[in-house]
Amino acid sequence: MTLSVNERSALSTFRRGFALSPEFKVGLPVTLTLAVFATLGKIIVPIAIQQVIDRGLRGATPDLPFIRNAVALCAVAVVLTAVCGYLMNVRLYRSTESGLASLRGKGFRHVHDLSVLTQNTERRGALVSRVTSDVDQISTFMQWGGLMVIVSLGQLLIASVLMAVYSWQLALLVWACFVPLLIVLPRFQRWVARAYTGVRERTGDMLAAVSETVVGSAVIRAYGSEERTARRIDAAVDAHRKAQTRAQKIVATTFPITELAGAVAIAGVVVLGVHLGVGGTISAGKLIAFLFLITLFISPLQTATEVLNDAQNAIAGWRRVLGVLDTPADVADPGEAGVVLPRGAITVTFQNVGFAYPGGPPVLHDVSVEITPRTRVAVVGETGSGKTTFAKLLTRLMDPTGGRVLVDGVDLRKVRFSSLRERIVMVPQDGFLFDGSLADNIRYGRPSATDAEITLALTELGLTDWLEGLPAGLGTPVGQRGESLSAGERQLVALARAYLADPDLLLLDEATSAVDPATEVRIARALDGVTRGRTAVSIAHRLSTAEAADEVLVFEHGRVVQHGSHEELLRHDGVYADLYASWTSGARTS
Amino acid sequence: MPSERDSTPTVMRQGFRVLGHAIRTEPRVFAGAVLASCVYGIMTVGSSWALGLATENAVLPAFRDGKASTGALLTAALLIVGVAVLKAAGVIGRRLLAGIMQYRMQAYSRRAVTRQYLRLPLAWHHRHPTGQLLSNASSDVEAAWAPLAPLPMAVGVVVMLVTAAVAILLVDPLLAVVGFLIFPAIAVLNFVYQRRLSPLMMRSQQLRAEVSEIAHESFDGALVVKTLGREDTEAARFQARADRLRDANIAVGRVRGLFDPLLEALPTLGVLAVLLFGSVRLQAGGVSPGELIQVSYLFTLLAFPVRALGWVLAELPRSVSGWTRVRAVLDATGSMEYGRERLPETGPARVEVRDLTYGYTPGAPVLSGIGFDVRPGRTVAIVGPTGSGKSTLTQLLVRLVDPDEGAVRIDGVDLRDLAAGRLSSAVSLVPQQTFLFDDTVRGNLTLGEDGVHAVPDEKIWAALRLAQAEGFVSALPKGIDTRVGERGATLSGGQRQRLALARALVRDPRLLILDDATSSVDAQVEGRILFGLREGSPESTVIVVAYRMATIALADEVVYLEHGRVADRGTHHELLGRCQGYRNLVTAYEREEAERTALDAGEEIVA
Repeated sequence: MTLSVNERSALSTFRRGFALSPEFKVGLPVTLTLAVFATLGKIIVPIAIQQVIDRGLRGATPDLPFIRNAVALCAVAVVLTAVCGYLMNVRLYRSTESGLASLRGKGFRHVHDLSVLTQNTERRGALVSRVTSDVDQISTFMQWGGLMVIVSLGQLLIASVLMAVYSWQLALLVWACFVPLLIVLPRFQRWVARAYTGVRERTGDMLAAVSETVVGSAVIRAYGSEERTARRIDAAVDAHRKAQTRAQKIVATTFPITELAGAVAIAGVVVLGVHLGVGGTISAGKLIAFLFLITLFISPLQTATEVLNDAQNAIAGWRRVLGVLDTPADVADPGEAGVVLPRGAITVTFQNVGFAYPGGPPVLHDVSVEITPRTRVAVVGETGSGKTTFAKLLTRLMDPTGGRVLVDGVDLRKVRFSSLRERIVMVPQDGFLFDGSLADNIRYGRPSATDAEITLALTELGLTDWLEGLPAGLGTPVGQRGESLSAGERQLVALARAYLADPDLLLLDEATSAVDPATEVRIARALDGVTRGRTAVSIAHRLSTAEAADEVLVFEHGRVVQHGSHEELLRHDGVYADLYASWTSGARTS
Repeated sequence: MPSERDSTPTVMRQGFRVLGHAIRTEPRVFAGAVLASCVYGIMTVGSSWALGLATENAVLPAFRDGKASTGALLTAALLIVGVAVLKAAGVIGRRLLAGIMQYRMQAYSRRAVTRQYLRLPLAWHHRHPTGQLLSNASSDVEAAWAPLAPLPMAVGVVVMLVTAAVAILLVDPLLAVVGFLIFPAIAVLNFVYQRRLSPLMMRSQQLRAEVSEIAHESFDGALVVKTLGREDTEAARFQARADRLRDANIAVGRVRGLFDPLLEALPTLGVLAVLLFGSVRLQAGGVSPGELIQVSYLFTLLAFPVRALGWVLAELPRSVSGWTRVRAVLDATGSMEYGRERLPETGPARVEVRDLTYGYTPGAPVLSGIGFDVRPGRTVAIVGPTGSGKSTLTQLLVRLVDPDEGAVRIDGVDLRDLAAGRLSSAVSLVPQQTFLFDDTVRGNLTLGEDGVHAVPDEKIWAALRLAQAEGFVSALPKGIDTRVGERGATLSGGQRQRLALARALVRDPRLLILDDATSSVDAQVEGRILFGLREGSPESTVIVVAYRMATIALADEVVYLEHGRVADRGTHHELLGRCQGYRNLVTAYEREEAERTALDAGEEIVA
């Protein structure tokens, strides 16, 4: 299953987004009321000017007491609206940030609830941005753009009303100057949006090119391809710069257009206003107040393109976040309703299990296998024969498309995850480590483990010698993704991690492929010793694992073609005998 | 924070030095931007003057006299529109040129930084975390040149303020006092605002990066999280950081919420003050009504641009810290020095390793006193337990790092004496960790050799065949011209390894070094690869790190490492006979089987 492509409309996206973050709605009416009052502050100056000119300066000498009172009143109003502005901002930030933090958390959690299959349909970076930058875009809009829409519309509305009160003719003139902008602005916005999309794409390319010099530093040096890499970077950096310049050109030239319209409106108001004034329809104070009111039109329209952009980005961001949340967890935890299995040795039964990747041909056909408690099972077969699929079905990383997988007689789909993950643990080939110390990583599956328990586990696995060779022992930092350790060492840590988690069934998927044979045998023996009460399933290229197993499952083309003990299988011609022959010719001294 | 206040002048001085560097690099663009910005600044004051003039000469006389003068009105209208056009031209020029300057500086810095990444030795890379190097080239470069965007505007605003001061002084010195109180107050308030906001923004930016890092790591390790059932703790870890980000953003909001309305209220109060004092002055005959309007209008116009001064000054600390980090990369020394020696063009290489000692951290050598020879055309296997320093040794052999002591010589030439590019044309390393570029199969093999050096398709296919990659590559939708995606993610581990091997083979290396390069490949496939190498490339000397007996058996000699030292060397049989560690390692499977057989036999007897 891929992540759902969310094609819902803008309105329903907002509605669903608000429903997912109820924090947004907390105290929203009060915040909006505060916003209205804060916006009213903008028309204080035009009103004050109109009053002072028409009433204060009407006579031969200025009416100073009136002017003093009017100015004092206006000043109080300015302070009050500023206080409203402060309260509104604080409330807005608190409610939106709370809502977005919980949205992030929900999105993150849901990504982990998706099956590996669904997770792998997206690049890691894209998945990460669904809980980071996509949410940031919503926040930019909610705290700036969305607010600007309200404030700007309020500002336009209030200014228009006041203008209409002063003179409907002049108000119409002003509108006539700005209406054409309302028609061209969306077009500008599309240009700007397209230009910025270009910038974002080029930024991605540029960062990718830069990261090659860092991530691929060894290969670049080993093959002397510094110049070629430098050329690629130059091209990417230059394309990025050009895209930025292109966007800037559009923004810079479209930006002053509103101001020009404002100037035309002012000039028009002066000419028409004077004619109206001579006719006695309008006072000088009102006419001059108009000149100040027109400036209230400019900033909303200047920011309109930006706000529209923000709104589109926010909707796109929301769609992507919702895309995650609306994708059902296809391999879902039955939760409270699920079965909790008691601890102890495990029986696994595959009943006619089949599997196909979505839209792909079946990779596993009709597999029926029983793994009895306390046995060591080896799974062998060529690359692509279905071994890893088998492992993923057994650990319920995926669900079968046909048949059932039973653990102690219970369908795997009915077992609670908390119980399942405690009892069945898989060690994948790529031993992913988290940035932290060796000890942090080993106790990842059992955080309560003490250093002494970790040391004991490493001793039991026969890794004391290795541990002693490390500069800081258990405190050795492993680096990002374990990069400070060698590939073999990472596998040792991953093994110790699973071993310490102490599951009832341990599944090793090529978990020791980069470890030296002596260490591998030591580990196998240690697992063996402690496995007496445990079921162990190993997938391996090295058939030494199969030799030591109680039961060998031989996979070919998605089917179990042979099973039995190593000795039994060798007694007959077949896939296993061939595999074994080719392995021994390589692994043994001649 | 007294310490911050103490350091402020220093930071500002450093900040101006960073800006100075940009201005010296792009003097003409900067001059153009400043010129345009001055036009904008003067015309902003000009527009209030035009309005005042219109009020004084056209509006008020008409109201007074009861009749409109067409000439005066037309002049006023043209003046208003004309000034606006000039101002718009100034704005366009300023924004465009400021952008060009900022983007050019970013591009210069990014190129310089990545050139350093390519030039500096791998040892330097080992000392710096990947994430840090990436942000040096992206966000640090961005921060360093961020003040360039508002800089020309700030210069224009200074011109604007001077013009405004003169204009108001010409109107009335007493009204000018109001202006001289208000405008510096706005500039100072905005500076305080930005100074308080800047650390909070940096903190929120930092937390945003951390939230993203957790998500990255957690999703990268999704399989481990799932298989160990740690979803809840991972979600809690992420939520804790997301909550800190929330709190940081709310703190930003509080500062914004306080200062934004203040900055808006201050000029409004200024206009009110102008009205009050202006009326007093009007009574005294100091100003005309038109001039009163002109000054009021000027206040509303200037309120916003004055903030630009604060933007630049506030960006300076971030700019300085960004530039300091960028400079640290640019000034990094210890670059790899090259000599002038060359190597023969053909024939297998001779390798001598002498007393090699190397450690990632001083005092903790990973390799000490390593020495061995490889004669031309021979194959040597390097064997040793996990963590014994084998991969590090391969890095020294291709001079990814230089030894702390001792030397590696090829055909008698110390690697450090070779001219740049000479070593990589003779020696190919296939590292343990496969790295593929986001490029086509062809691009990944040829690494961009084109033109005269273009690699013919037949040669690419031959290398793929030898690496046992021909089958799956020909099944790809576009064959060798198929893109293999982000770090080769579309291919399986074994397929990626085979492409990396083909990349080495297509170069016909005189020395081929394989660092456990077939670990993800099936035994059968590996067998075919090794057979091919032995039969198909007699021209190469081969050094191979391996555990598999099949690989070791191909070697003429074995170098056995233990704890970073050569514990023994000789033929496989010699070592089997006399070196216990080696015997334990390579015969581990056999011994295990033997023991088990004995055990089984024992059990049968008991039973």
